[in-house]
Amino acid sequence: MKDIRLMKGNEAFAEGVIRAGCDGYFGYPITPQSEVLEYLAAQRADERTGMVVLQAESEIASIHMVYGGAACGKKVLTSSSSPGISLMQEGISFLAGTELPCLLLNVVRGGPGLGTIQPSQSDYFQAVKGGGHGDYKMIVLAPASVQEMYDFAKLGFDLAFKHRIQVMILSDGAIGQMMEKVELDDQVPRMTNEEIIQKYPWTTTGKTPDRERNIITSLDLNPVRQEIINRKLQEKFKKIQETEVRFERIQCDDAEYLFVAYGSSARICQKAVMLGRARGLKIGLLRPITLFPFPSDELAKLSKQVHGILCVEMSAGQMVEDVRLSVNGAVPVEHYGRLGGIIPAPDEVLHVLEENFINETMISESAAGGERKS
Amino acid sequence: MTEEIIIAGFGGQGVLSMGKILAYSGMMQDKEVSWFPSYGPEMRGGTANVTVIISDERISSPILNQFDTAIILNQQSMDKFENSVKKGGLLIYDPNGITRHPVRTDIDIYTVDAADESARMGSAKVFNMIVLGAFLKLKPLIGPEYMHKGLEKSLPARHHYTIPENEKAIERGKEIIQPKFLLN
Repeated sequence: MKDIRLMKGNEAFAEGVIRAGCDGYFGYPITPQSEVLEYLAAQRADERTGMVVLQAESEIASIHMVYGGAACGKKVLTSSSSPGISLMQEGISFLAGTELPCLLLNVVRGGPGLGTIQPSQSDYFQAVKGGGHGDYKMIVLAPASVQEMYDFAKLGFDLAFKHRIQVMILSDGAIGQMMEKVELDDQVPRMTNEEIIQKYPWTTTGKTPDRERNIITSLDLNPVRQEIINRKLQEKFKKIQETEVRFERIQCDDAEYLFVAYGSSARICQKAVMLGRARGLKIGLLRPITLFPFPSDELAKLSKQVHGILCVEMSAGQMVEDVRLSVNGAVPVEHYGRLGGIIPAPDEVLHVLEENFINETMISESAAGGERKS
Repeated sequence: MTEEIIIAGFGGQGVLSMGKILAYSGMMQDKEVSWFPSYGPEMRGGTANVTVIISDERISSPILNQFDTAIILNQQSMDKFENSVKKGGLLIYDPNGITRHPVRTDIDIYTVDAADESARMGSAKVFNMIVLGAFLKLKPLIGPEYMHKGLEKSLPARHHYTIPENEKAIERGKEIIQPKFLLN
C-alpha cells in the first residue's frame, strides 16, 4: 500500500532527506524553516538510519560542518532561511571551489536584513548568480508543492553527486509552511564507507599505500593552474546547462500570453491561468523547476508563439532578467511582484497580465480598425 | 467539486487544528487537499487563520483571497474576511464576542453558538469541533467514517481517547447551527 501523508513542506523535505539515505544534517533554527531540524529530531532520524542530526552553534559552523562531511564523501546538508543563508555564503564559495557535493535548503523570507518571516522570492539573485565570491554556479531547484519538497531531497543529492556540485533548493515560507498530500518512497540505505571509497575515489577517507594523498582545497596560488581549475568548472556548468534543465509547461500549447513563475508564485499563476481560460483568454504558464540551469531555450521557443510574457515573482524583479535574456527582445516581457512578505492573489496577477497586454492590444487593434474576439 | 475555505479566529481557539482535521479527513476520502496557515507572530496569541481547499481535482493555488466559505471566530477576522466570501457563498460565525455582525446580503449567513455550547458540554477544547460540525451540516463534503479517520491521523496517539468526545461535538455543531440571513 502506498504511504501517503499530509505534511508541511518543511517536514516533507526532512522526511525526504532521511529516506534519501542522508548521512548528516547540520543546521541552526530560523523561521520559517525550523520544522526541518525539529522534524529530524522528533523522528529520531539518528535511530532510524544512523544519520547525524546536529544543531550547530551558528549558520557559519553548519556550512563548514557540511564542508567536512562532503569532503569525506558523505551525503550531507544544511537548511536555513534568507539571513542564515547570507551568513553561509563564504562556506558555499569554498564548497564551490572544491567541487564538494552537498544539499542546501533556503526557505526564503522577506529581506533585506532580518526583513520579515513571511514568504518571499527575493533571494533569486543570491542563489542563481552566486551569493559568494568567485565564478561559480549551483544547481538551483525550485519546488512548487509539498510533494516536490519531498522529491527534491533525493533528486538534489543525486544531482550533487552526479556533477560534484552544490544543489540549492530555493523554496519559500509558503511552500515550507503549507500542508499537502505527499506520497513517500521506500528508504534508500545509507552508503557504507567501503562503498564511498569505491564510488568516490576523490574523497578524504584515509590514505592507503596504493594511492596518492587526496587533498580538498580551493587554494592554488599559481594563476596558470587556477585558470585551468576555473575553466574546468565552467565546462561543468556548461554541461549542466545542456543536460539538466527542468521545467513544467501548463496550458502552453495554444497560449497567446504567458506567465513565467516559480515556486509558490507558479501556483498562484496556475490559478490565474484557470480563471483566464474560463473567460476565454488563451493564457499559459511556464514554470522553471531548475533556476540554474534556466530553461532559456524553452522560453525562446515560446517567445515565437506568444504576444506577451508576464514574469510574476515575490521580488522587485530578479528572474525577469533571465526571462528577458532568454527572449532577447522577441516579445514584450513585463514583471509583477509583491514585496516584503505579501503574496499576490490569482485575480490580481491575471488583472496585471490583462492590463499589460490584452486590454492594450484590444484598444490598439480597434483603433486600427481590426477585429478581435475577446 | 472544489471547496475553498478560510477559517479565522484567535490563536488558541483551535483554528489551525480544525483546518488540519478537515484537510486530513478530506485526504482520507481520496480528495485533493491543501492547508495554508498564517504563521509567525499570529501563532503567539494574536489572530490566526488557515486556508483549506478540498477538491476532486489537482489544486492550483493554495493561497487565495476569495472563498466559498468563511468560518469566522472573532471580530478582527469578521472585519478582515466578510468581504472575501464569493457572491452566493457561505459565512458561518460564532456571535460570542462579535460586536459588528455581518451585513452582506449576497451570501448565506449562519451562526453557531460554539463557545457557549462547549462550556455547556464541559470542555472548551471541543469548541472547534462544534464549529466544524456546523460547517459539515451545510457542506457535507466528508463522511463521518472519514472524519473519524482524519481525527485518528491528525491527533497524536496519546489523545486518541478524546476522539468520541470530538465526534460528539461535531454532531452537536450540526444540531445547533442557525440561519441568520439566507439568499433564498
